[in-house]
Amino acid sequence: MTVTATPAAIEVSHVTKIYRRYTARRQFATLKSALLSGTMLRDLNPDETFPALSDVSFSVPAGATYGVIGRNGSGKSTALKVVAGITKPTAGTVRVHGRISALIELGAGFHPEISGRENVFINGIMLGLSKREVARRFDEIVEFAELRDFIDAPVKTYSSGMYMRLGFAVAIHVDPDVLLIDEVLAVGDEGFTHKCLDKFADFRRRGKTILLVTHSLNLVERFCDEALWLDGGRAKLSGDPRRVVGAYITAVERGEAQSLATENARAREAADAASTAAPVPDAPSPASGAGSPAPDDGFRASAGRWGSREIEIAEVRLIGEDGAPSHLFHTGERVTVDLAVRATVPVDDFAFGIALFNADGICCFGTNTALEQFVSDRFDGSGRVSFVIESLDLTEGTYKLDVAVHRRDGYPYDYHRLLYTFRVRSRTKDVGIYRPRHRWDFSPEIRIRPATG
Amino acid sequence: MLHNLAQLVRYRGLIQSLVARELKARYRGSVLGFFWSFINPLMLLLIYSFVFSVVLPGTHPKEIEPYALFMFCGILPWTWFSSSLLESSNVLISGGNLIKKVLFPAEVLPIVTVLANMVHFLFGLPILAIFLLYYRAPLQWSELAWFPVVVAVQLVLSVGLALVFSALTVHFRDVKDLLANLMTFWFFATPIIYPMGMAGGLGKRLLDLNPFTHLAVSYQEILFYPGPFGHWKWLVALGGVSVLVFLAGYFVFDRLRDSFAEEV
Repeated sequence: MTVTATPAAIEVSHVTKIYRRYTARRQFATLKSALLSGTMLRDLNPDETFPALSDVSFSVPAGATYGVIGRNGSGKSTALKVVAGITKPTAGTVRVHGRISALIELGAGFHPEISGRENVFINGIMLGLSKREVARRFDEIVEFAELRDFIDAPVKTYSSGMYMRLGFAVAIHVDPDVLLIDEVLAVGDEGFTHKCLDKFADFRRRGKTILLVTHSLNLVERFCDEALWLDGGRAKLSGDPRRVVGAYITAVERGEAQSLATENARAREAADAASTAAPVPDAPSPASGAGSPAPDDGFRASAGRWGSREIEIAEVRLIGEDGAPSHLFHTGERVTVDLAVRATVPVDDFAFGIALFNADGICCFGTNTALEQFVSDRFDGSGRVSFVIESLDLTEGTYKLDVAVHRRDGYPYDYHRLLYTFRVRSRTKDVGIYRPRHRWDFSPEIRIRPATG
Repeated sequence: MLHNLAQLVRYRGLIQSLVARELKARYRGSVLGFFWSFINPLMLLLIYSFVFSVVLPGTHPKEIEPYALFMFCGILPWTWFSSSLLESSNVLISGGNLIKKVLFPAEVLPIVTVLANMVHFLFGLPILAIFLLYYRAPLQWSELAWFPVVVAVQLVLSVGLALVFSALTVHFRDVKDLLANLMTFWFFATPIIYPMGMAGGLGKRLLDLNPFTHLAVSYQEILFYPGPFGHWKWLVALGGVSVLVFLAGYFVFDRLRDSFAEEV
C-alpha cells in the first residue's frame, strides 16, 4: 500500500500526555498552577503524575484507515481523545485536517427526558452540523437507526441498544472527513453490526480517513491500511496491520505464558506447604496400576500434592517444539512433559503417570507406565522422565496437568494433582476437546474453496 | 482567550437549541407544563403579600406601598440571578459526559444555564405587568426604555460569575455548598425586601458595594417609584464592572478549561 504521496489527515508528533494521580490533598496546587501558568502539572512531583502517552508519533494519510491496538490501559483511548481535541497533550502537537467526528461514547449528549427526534437535532448540532443539515439527513438517520416507530418517544424509554443505535446513526451521518472510532462496533445485533461495517466501507470508498481503536484484531487485519501498537503509553510498532497484529499476539501470548508460569509456581508452593509426607491411602491415581482404567471417581477439582515420597517429583517442565519451557502451545505442536525425579531410597516397584484435564475438569487423557505394560526394575538417585506428545490435538482452551509417581498398585509416592496449567491456542475456533488431524475432501460438483488470506 | 471568545459566536445555534431543550425538558411530564413559568413567580408574590400585608402589616415604611409589588420588582430578577449561579455551579459536573466524550465547548453549559433562567424571568414579566397595571404604578416610557439595559447588565454579570463558579466547582465541590449559603446572605444584603432608603451611613456604603443592589434599585426605580430614573450613573458604572467581571470570568474559565475533561 503506497500512501506516501497523499497529505496526512492526522499528524501526531511526539505527544506526551500526563495525568494527575487522584489525590485530594493536592487539589489546591493543581488549581493554582492551572490558573497561573495554564498547566496543571507544574507543582506536582513525578509520583503524583501518571504518563498515559509518552512521546508517541504517528501520521495517518488522508483516506487511510488506521488501527490502534494494545492492551487495556496502554493509552489507546487517550490517544484518540488527544486527536479529537477533547484533552490537550502535555507536550507535542496534534494536527488534524478536515471536519472530525469522534465515536467515543454513543449518545453521550442525549437528554433522557426529550424525544428521540429532538435529541437527534441537538446531538447533530453538537457534533457540528447546522439545523438545516440535520433536517436534511433526519430521515436517513432514523432509517439507519431502525427507530421509525419510536422517534417521538422520550429517549429514557429506549433500550440500551436503541440508544446506542441512535447515537451511532447521528454520529455517522455527520459526514466527517476524519472519523475517530473507539470500540463502538459492538452496538447492536448481527444485522446492525453489518450495517455499521458497510457504512465504514462506504466511508473508505469515499476517501475518508478513519482512526480505529479496537480490541478486535480481526477487524484491524481486514479493514486497516496501517496499524499502531501501543504498549504502556509508547508506540511499540507500526506499519502493516498483519505484521503489527502478529507481533502483538505473540507478545500477548508471551505475557499469558508468563502469568501462567507464576500461577503454576504459586500453586506448587501452596501444595508443597500443605503436603504431608504420610501416605494418603485412598488417594486416586491418574491410572492406577491395579489393572483398572483411568479412574472416573472424581478428578475433583482440588489441586494438591501428597504421597510418601520414596520417589519425589522435583521439577515439572512443559517444553514446546522450539525446545524452550513454555505454558502456551498451539494445536498440533509437539509437547514434552519433562519430569525431574529423585529416589530417596532404592525402589523397585514404581510407575509414572500423567493425566490431562480441561477447564471443566473433564479428563481428556490419562495413562501410566504400568498401564502401558512397562515393568519397573529399579530406581535410585535422580533421573529424568519425558512424556512426549507427538501432536497436541486439543482445541483452544486452558488445560491442567496431573503428574504422579506411584506403586503399581496405586500407592502414591508423589502425586501432583492439577498443579500445572497450560493454554492451547488455535487459529481455528472449533469446538469440543479433541481435534483429530483431519482434512476435507469434496467431489468436483461441490464448489467450495478455502477463504483466501 | 480572545480566539475562544470569538468562537463563541459560532456556537449560537448550539446555545439556542440547548436553551430550548433545557426549557422543554424542565416541564416535560408535568400537567401544567410551561405555565409553571408563570405560576412560580405568581405563587411567590402571593406568599410574600400574605406574610407582609396580612401577618406582619406595618413592618415596612409607607413609601413602599403596595409592598407586594415593591418586592416583586426585586425578587423576580433575583430569582433569575441566584438560580443561574446555583445551577451553573453544578453544570459542568452534570454535563461531564459531554465534556469527556464529545468535542464540546464547555463554556456553552453555564451560558445556557443563565439564558434558560433568563427565559423564565421573561415569562414572569407578564405577571409583573398585570400587577403594575392593577396597582396603577406610575410607569413612564422614558424610564421603561432603561429596562432592557438593566436586563443586559444583569445578563453580562451573571454569565461572568457563572463561568467562574462553574469552573471552580470542578476543582472544589465545596463551591456548590458555599454558594448556596452565600446566596442566602446575598439576598438579605440586597435591598429587595427592604428599600434602599432604610439603610443609612455605613449600611448604605456597604450596600453600595454589592453589585446586585444597583440592579435591584434600578428595577425598582424604573417599575415602582415615580419620578425620573436617577440611578442610571450607578447602572452604567455597574455595566462597565460587569464587562470586566465577564472578561475575568472567561479568563479563569479558559485557563481551567483543559482540566475539565480530567477532573469532572
